Amino acid sequence: MIEWITALLLLLGSLLMLLAALGALRMPDLLTRMHATTKAGALGGGTMVVAVAVFFDDGAVTARALAIVAFIILTAPVAAHLIGRAGYFVGIPLWEGTLKDELKGRYDPETHTLASEEAKRPTPTEERKHDRD
Amino acid sequence: MPILDWAVNATFVILSLALVIIFIRLIKGPSLPDRVVALELIASLTVGFIATHAVATGMANFLDVAVVLALTAFLAAVGFARYLEKGGYRSDD
Repeated sequence: MIEWITALLLLLGSLLMLLAALGALRMPDLLTRMHATTKAGALGGGTMVVAVAVFFDDGAVTARALAIVAFIILTAPVAAHLIGRAGYFVGIPLWEGTLKDELKGRYDPETHTLASEEAKRPTPTEERKHDRD
Repeated sequence: MPILDWAVNATFVILSLALVIIFIRLIKGPSLPDRVVALELIASLTVGFIATHAVATGMANFLDVAVVLALTAFLAAVGFARYLEKGGYRSDD
């Protein structure tokens, strides 16, 4: 019975990983590629580690496996957020079918500031003038 | 247990196929963030390989390697994102 569950979980996890790789190859731009790799990749990796926990049926192994799963679930969204943010700031081209880009026109890539931030903060020239006074 | 042997072999084949596919994306790019995403998926594929190998050999100690690899992959992604955002030298555009 345990062999069957392990085999099923291993195959399921590896198929999800294959799906993530295919998505990364076929999707049109960075953000959709990340959408494929982050979700399917994290779920596939978690499933395969759970397969190990089921196979060994031992408290220490299960604890380590659950630690890996928790770690993957905690870090995958953070890493995806960081890379997506950095990619947007670097100026990657978005897919032509993109419907909503709320930062468009409100972000200055040269000074790395948002329009809402600029309204609050004094501009660099004003600041320099203030220093001279 | 023939079913488990069969499943482990099939899992290795599927993971290798996924590795080849993501490697195409790693080479094609076209930008550095795309390559970072590909590298991150390669790291989680390697965690899958380690898990499968632990089942194949019956040695649970391999899970420790998977823990460390997952940790360093996350740190590498954070480092790459920081490098991109702070404007390091890039030759891809």
